[in-house]
Amino acid sequence: MSESTQELDALVHREYQEGFVTDIESDTLPPGLNEDVIREISRRKNEPEFMLEWRLEAYRKWLDMPEPNWAHINYSKINFQDISYFSAPKNPDDGPESLDEVDPRLLETYAKLGIPLDEQKVLAGVKGANIAVDAVFDSVSVRTTFREKLAEAGVIFCPISEALQDHPELIKKYLGSVVPQADNYYACLNSAVFSDGSFVYIPKGVRCPMELSTYFRINEMNTGQFERTLIIAEEGAYVSYLEGCTAPMRDENQLHAAVVELVAMEGAEIKYSTVQNWYPGDEYGRGGIYNFVTKRGACRGDRAKISWTQVETGSAITWKYPSVILYGDDSVGEFYSVALTHNMQQADTGTKMIHIGKNTSSTIISKGISAGRGQNTYRGQVKILRGADGARNYSQCDSLLMGDQCGAHTFPYVEVQNKTATLEHEASTSKISEDQLFYLRQRGLSEESAVSMIVNGFCKAVFRELPMEFAVEAQKLMDVSLEGAVG
Amino acid sequence: MLSIKNLTVEVDGKEILKNLSLEVGSGEVHAIMGPNGSGKSTLANVLAGRDGYEVTGGSITYLGKDLTELKIEDRAGEGLFLAFQYPVEIPGVSNIAMLKAAVNSLQKYRGEEELSAGEFLKLIKEKAAMVEMKQAFLQRSVNEGFSGGEKKRNEILQMAMLEPTLAVLDETDSGLDIDALKVVASGVNALRSPERSMIIVTHYQRLLDYIQPDFVHVLAEGNIVKTGDRTLALELEERGYSWIEQQVAKG
Repeated sequence: MSESTQELDALVHREYQEGFVTDIESDTLPPGLNEDVIREISRRKNEPEFMLEWRLEAYRKWLDMPEPNWAHINYSKINFQDISYFSAPKNPDDGPESLDEVDPRLLETYAKLGIPLDEQKVLAGVKGANIAVDAVFDSVSVRTTFREKLAEAGVIFCPISEALQDHPELIKKYLGSVVPQADNYYACLNSAVFSDGSFVYIPKGVRCPMELSTYFRINEMNTGQFERTLIIAEEGAYVSYLEGCTAPMRDENQLHAAVVELVAMEGAEIKYSTVQNWYPGDEYGRGGIYNFVTKRGACRGDRAKISWTQVETGSAITWKYPSVILYGDDSVGEFYSVALTHNMQQADTGTKMIHIGKNTSSTIISKGISAGRGQNTYRGQVKILRGADGARNYSQCDSLLMGDQCGAHTFPYVEVQNKTATLEHEASTSKISEDQLFYLRQRGLSEESAVSMIVNGFCKAVFRELPMEFAVEAQKLMDVSLEGAVG
Repeated sequence: MLSIKNLTVEVDGKEILKNLSLEVGSGEVHAIMGPNGSGKSTLANVLAGRDGYEVTGGSITYLGKDLTELKIEDRAGEGLFLAFQYPVEIPGVSNIAMLKAAVNSLQKYRGEEELSAGEFLKLIKEKAAMVEMKQAFLQRSVNEGFSGGEKKRNEILQMAMLEPTLAVLDETDSGLDIDALKVVASGVNALRSPERSMIIVTHYQRLLDYIQPDFVHVLAEGNIVKTGDRTLALELEERGYSWIEQQVAKG
């Protein structure tokens, strides 16, 4: 083995930095799933009756649904009775009124992860100055910052469990309106057992004064995280929202089955960014998160716009297709994605753009990076319905391969029922070449910096869509996730 | 400064350079000429440390160090620069970002402070003017969609920015029209200094009309078979490489 190979080898064995466990007393339901468990989740959250009924209805539908097997992924079957469906850090009664009431170990956890939960510090602070954060730890939201400031603008940003108490009419109206209960197997399970997540409501004509972000962390062993996020932007409203995720290193696989629904009314814009760094499992494919997620947005009004940007570097398996249904005329859907698979990671991800309104347009930019024995699949659907006169789509799917044991796959589906539609599709597959590495190293860059520069160049079209603060984070995350990937 | 002794290099198990020796002193400009397949580019690549070029005999001593012991990037750190025959495209990475990373990597290697954004911009503006390169050029992705002449000018710009102690120019004249050749040559001439040595690898003597070398070496079948001054290049031009090959055959 040459010297440089040894160095690379050492880097490959670098540990996942967010893999620590917080030793905190938790209130966790025993594993298992039945109607009583669902009643118990609903009871603990003190939910209105309609919510319990909705959950039970979803559960009964779920029981009759088959597990999907069409994705290009391999994994051992999940035993849904082995999972605990609710886990919460023990808290004083109704959740913290101020930071003083938040368990210091929780604050420490988020501090370690670089997530500011202290408004004073954020305000005084250096980094990420204009961001409100909702922190979800296992099944509950532990802290949402800047709520008062947002409330002044009329923006509601709170845990969905609280929205159920304070704004049940909004939940009743919109929950399941974009992703119906029985949409798919995991969304249906989520509808039955979802625990927490964020709720955002931007009233008519309001531009949300700050970036909103939710930070998800799975801590407890053998628990699943089933968060549910609902964002509604009324006529002419604007919001930019970011979610981030991490989990401890464990040998067992853990399930994360989330549902995100976005509703954009006439002229509204929702920009939704994800930096997903769930524990990916070790180099032999032991452990890691199964990230089975349904994300969908509906442009309900004319000129509405929904933009998804995702940087997916974590999880043992990623299975998600953030989509946009373009009902309104002149509405716009965008999907920008970087998915990286290293070691034994598998990703089957892409988007669906459904054109219904006239002159609707969509853009898809997907960048897949495979290293180690990672498998990366782009799966996308562009559907132009009969009435969508003048619809346009531009798709670009690029794959970058590192090493000779990984794989990249592309499954673009196109269905056009209107003759006036314009579709463009570009695809490429390339390898980081020895020539590129030699060139940059000859200019003085280390092998690592050279790889990082090449990969970041490859991802540039996506990174520039991220909010500034997070673009830098995403770049760093790519570097860390790719360390030792060449050799 | 550079001392190559009895160097033998294999590529894929085949001997390309055989027992080659070459001494380059400070500030000297050496031209290496030779027919295709004589080992010219191999010499350039082995100096830069490219993978796949295995030194099986002899030594390369550069500034008192065994060059073969150093990693590619450390050779760059020690002041060795290779202007590529085929400059490589790096999509999505701007020329200026790459150069900034390169300049600062070298600063770091030498234990010096990184340049501030202001210092860097001032420097690159000055050097870009030298190779008649427009500012907009700096924002484009490295070599992507560049014409042959632009790529070569870009190599010289990088060389100017990195201020090497030993510059190896591998067929920098190939694919250039006469105007581009003049720009490149004047860039190289501007960089000549008593502290900077150059090895210019070329097939044609045309480049040497503009960059006048102190020594001309003729490479044939992996070894230097003739060394002379500039007139040797002219003689070669006139009589062709077959003249050398015949001389070698006569032995």
